[in-house]
Amino acid sequence: MKKQLLELRVNGRTHEIAIEPNRLLLDALRVDLQLTGSKRGCDDSSCGACTVLVDGTPMLSCTMLAASCEGEEITTIEGISEHGALAAIQKAYGDWGGAQCGFCTPGFMMTVKHLLATNPNPSEADIREALSSNLCRCTGYSQMYEAIKAAIEAEQKAGHQPQSGEIV
Amino acid sequence: MKTTESRRNGTKALSSYARPDGRGARPTRPMTDFSIIGKPIAMVDAAGKTSGAGKYTDDLSLPGMLVGKILHSPHPHARIERIDTSKAEQLDGVIAVAIGADAPNTYGILPVGHDEHALAVDKVRYVGDNVACVAAEDEATAESALELIDVDYELLPAYFDPEDSMKTERDLIHDNKAHNLEKDYHHVFGDPEKGFAEADQIAEARYIANEVTHAAMEPHSTLASFELDSHTGKLGRLTVWSSTQVPYYLQHKLSLVLEMPMSQIRVIKPLVGGGFGGKSEVIPLEIIAAIAARKAKRPVKITYTREEVFWAHRGRPRTIIDLKTGVKNDGRITAVKARVVQDGGGYCSYGVVTILYSGALLGALYDIPNIQYDGYRVLTNKPACGAMRGHGTVNVRFAFESQLDELAARINLDRAEIRRRNLLQPPCITVNGLRVQSYGLPECIDKVVERSDWQNRKGKLPRGRGLGIACSHYVSGAANSIIRSDMPHSTVNIKIDRDGGVVVYTGASEIGQGSDTMTAQIAAEVLGCSLARVKVIAADTDLTPIDIGSYSSRVTFMAGNATLRAAQEVKKQIASAAAKKMVCSPEELVFRNDLVSRNGGAGTGHVGTGALARPVPAGFLGTNSSAHASVSGRVEGQILRGSLQQKRKDQGPKDSMSFEEAVVAAIDFHGALTGTGSYAPPPEARGGKHKGAGVGPSPAYSYSAQVAEVTVDEDTGEVTVHKVWAAHDCGRALNPVSVEGQIIGSVWMGMGQALTEEMIWKDGLLMNPGLLEYRSPSSVESPEVEPIIVESIDAEGPFGAKECSEGSLAATIPAIANAIYDAVGIRLHEAPFTPERVLAALRAKKNAKTLNLTEGVDPTAPARFREHGGAVWFKGKGAERVGRAPSPANGD
Repeated sequence: MKKQLLELRVNGRTHEIAIEPNRLLLDALRVDLQLTGSKRGCDDSSCGACTVLVDGTPMLSCTMLAASCEGEEITTIEGISEHGALAAIQKAYGDWGGAQCGFCTPGFMMTVKHLLATNPNPSEADIREALSSNLCRCTGYSQMYEAIKAAIEAEQKAGHQPQSGEIV
Repeated sequence: MKTTESRRNGTKALSSYARPDGRGARPTRPMTDFSIIGKPIAMVDAAGKTSGAGKYTDDLSLPGMLVGKILHSPHPHARIERIDTSKAEQLDGVIAVAIGADAPNTYGILPVGHDEHALAVDKVRYVGDNVACVAAEDEATAESALELIDVDYELLPAYFDPEDSMKTERDLIHDNKAHNLEKDYHHVFGDPEKGFAEADQIAEARYIANEVTHAAMEPHSTLASFELDSHTGKLGRLTVWSSTQVPYYLQHKLSLVLEMPMSQIRVIKPLVGGGFGGKSEVIPLEIIAAIAARKAKRPVKITYTREEVFWAHRGRPRTIIDLKTGVKNDGRITAVKARVVQDGGGYCSYGVVTILYSGALLGALYDIPNIQYDGYRVLTNKPACGAMRGHGTVNVRFAFESQLDELAARINLDRAEIRRRNLLQPPCITVNGLRVQSYGLPECIDKVVERSDWQNRKGKLPRGRGLGIACSHYVSGAANSIIRSDMPHSTVNIKIDRDGGVVVYTGASEIGQGSDTMTAQIAAEVLGCSLARVKVIAADTDLTPIDIGSYSSRVTFMAGNATLRAAQEVKKQIASAAAKKMVCSPEELVFRNDLVSRNGGAGTGHVGTGALARPVPAGFLGTNSSAHASVSGRVEGQILRGSLQQKRKDQGPKDSMSFEEAVVAAIDFHGALTGTGSYAPPPEARGGKHKGAGVGPSPAYSYSAQVAEVTVDEDTGEVTVHKVWAAHDCGRALNPVSVEGQIIGSVWMGMGQALTEEMIWKDGLLMNPGLLEYRSPSSVESPEVEPIIVESIDAEGPFGAKECSEGSLAATIPAIANAIYDAVGIRLHEAPFTPERVLAALRAKKNAKTLNLTEGVDPTAPARFREHGGAVWFKGKGAERVGRAPSPANGD
């Protein structure tokens, strides 16, 4: 298949890449742009490790064509740290044991980012439902709830009230 | 409620480690005088994981790297008559095609089980067996090339059921294994017949635990690259990056198959995305990548698809357990007899060890005077089973704890009490030769009974809701290595240079369980320095001394002890030099908070901030308080010798030195500052003398007790777990966050095996090779788990620590089974407890006719293998279907 030029906006920057039209977004990110934070865990959109935000919506990049994202704003795990430091949720996952082997963690980060952007004060049931799009095999999820609660608390203490729709 | 001091790297203190809502508040523990041990800290590699910056094997690439793809067998049992790769080789972009003849040596993880070829040489033994490998410029080309490889097979009769397989005399899976029997063991300890004669009640039943797999989130991946020899221009040293729990074993097997000296092979373990035993042996792709790289003369990376991970398997075998237990009316167990048949798949793998663990770990939990064990590891034409979290003990524990519960009901004894009546009296050696020292089981039982309000709630919950209790245990590493030798099981080197940085070199493999963090904590605690000073270099066979890897929960106990000893050796050297400077004896010195001070002097009660070259706070140097002013000549953590000498001259002997000053003094005095520590289990922990006695002994055992609360929907058969109280005796919790994470994770994985996880086979074909079909619980299906840490402080563990990552898993399945009985009065004898099995047992209890929900049509059986969605490289028609007797009814 002949390669074509494609412009992808990833983490606030525009990248021009030459790829086959059938190239998956995950491969474009991992191989062509060397953004290896998004992981491939399953190939068939069952595990969520490849979750990225496309125009703010969590999408599974392993079953999406890169070409279909042209002109849209893609955010990967590499794009969510703040001012060069870990975002509150990233730090909380580390502190509370929300990540063990860490392979699923980037996908969870993106899912949680979206959850907190749309629902700044989620109940535990909200959190459980949101996280059910991603699989983790190490933690049993429990410590993630603590991490998410701690991150919300930290954000609130820092005086930053995320508005609905804002990517925190 | 316990508060914690500031955390490493300037991360913010958690004001309280208790949960925000007060649940699971930590019980008060004896105060210990540690500065780093026992504190809840983030893993040292956490930031790399949460930021996506950490590199796993599949994230790596090299210039000129090729993609490898493997052709798998479509037949469960066949002889390879011919392989023609010529068409594939001619495809543009294909650099090399490797087949079995390129590396025909056999290997296997156990020295007694060298029965595998990386690529099949004469026969394939399961659907998915490895036949050929294409190395090509890109993935699409490699996949197209697989379609061009022609293989002629002569089909052989295949065996899918272990009990059928054992009866066969011809068409053996391996010619040297009569009756397809990999290994059988027959152990008698005490006098079981006499024991059963003395029993007041005897229960006897068959239990089945179906096959489960690790499903670690990271698919296996290996990158292999040869260097050119600078003298000959030929391929020289090999470097392999691989998702492995056991770099040293991989190096060893690569050496066997590639016929290269081990010293020419370097194995590096990048971050590993979960193992659970699935990466604790050499998976064929790890060797195939190297074979392909050798043939292509270019680096080759192979990463399994998720479906291939399921075929590679090495998980927990389907196990048939015929169990008989006798008890007296007071609840004392008089004898146990177990016959265990394991469906091992096509190769030995860890099988001999698995079948031995199943028998050996009948001991060391309770005091059982008489044990008879008959274990059969059987070969079948399915992917090989291997080690999985709770290796060998989980399925037998399910049977044993279920039967013990049944006996308690018969003699009208509380189900927690019957477990208390059978406690060991340690220190002791069990009837099958296992040495037990620290034993926190009684406290574990007390804790879960108390937290679950067992006494007030048992038997009083509404119909459909129930409580169940069960216990389990596990080894803290095997006392005998699978490669018999006098080699230490773990060795650790520590180097400290003039910059005051502590570098720990360990072969132990971080796979997400916290190995690197544990290593750094122990080194920092012993040396009295901040955690931020310690850098752990792990699992690189060129740099790190031999460690036999991360499996059987051995790392904390063994690599931890080696780290402790290495750090003590370094500390001794620092102390002798510092003592000279301070004009005191080395024994008077206290190492703490980045200070080396004389006994009773300054330096306690303050926790290091983790900054290198931190100026010593005013007041900490006692009378010599002016000495803390920053020393001229200090450059970014280094103290230059001239300025130090000048300073000494000015000040005379001191009461306290900074860690860096002490290090510099030690290097000046000794010439270099390095230390080595190793660990080998003591001879008295290595077990008895009988055949097979090598498996089961451990220097220490962890203990677990759990109460599960479930509801059973009697209309749909659905079981919901609401909460599990899990107490685990881990000796000492070096890092409570990690320990709780391991306990919760084990319980959760056990719940998966209890309720939903099952590999479904039809004639050697896996019907559910994907994460949607293999039902690993999601966050909405996961119960609250309340972890309760019990610390028995083991005499030989590092700071008293033992196992905490596997032992809890085995108790969860029977705790849920027993809770189901409490809820609706059925004893389930086959795991997982799916709605179908629950409904069948409920109907059987009412003497109702068994419902055949599918009316004789098997919805999981496609006419041909490909129709269920097998991947493109499984070519051909697939196995011919044969009629099969219907499964026996479940439950009693």
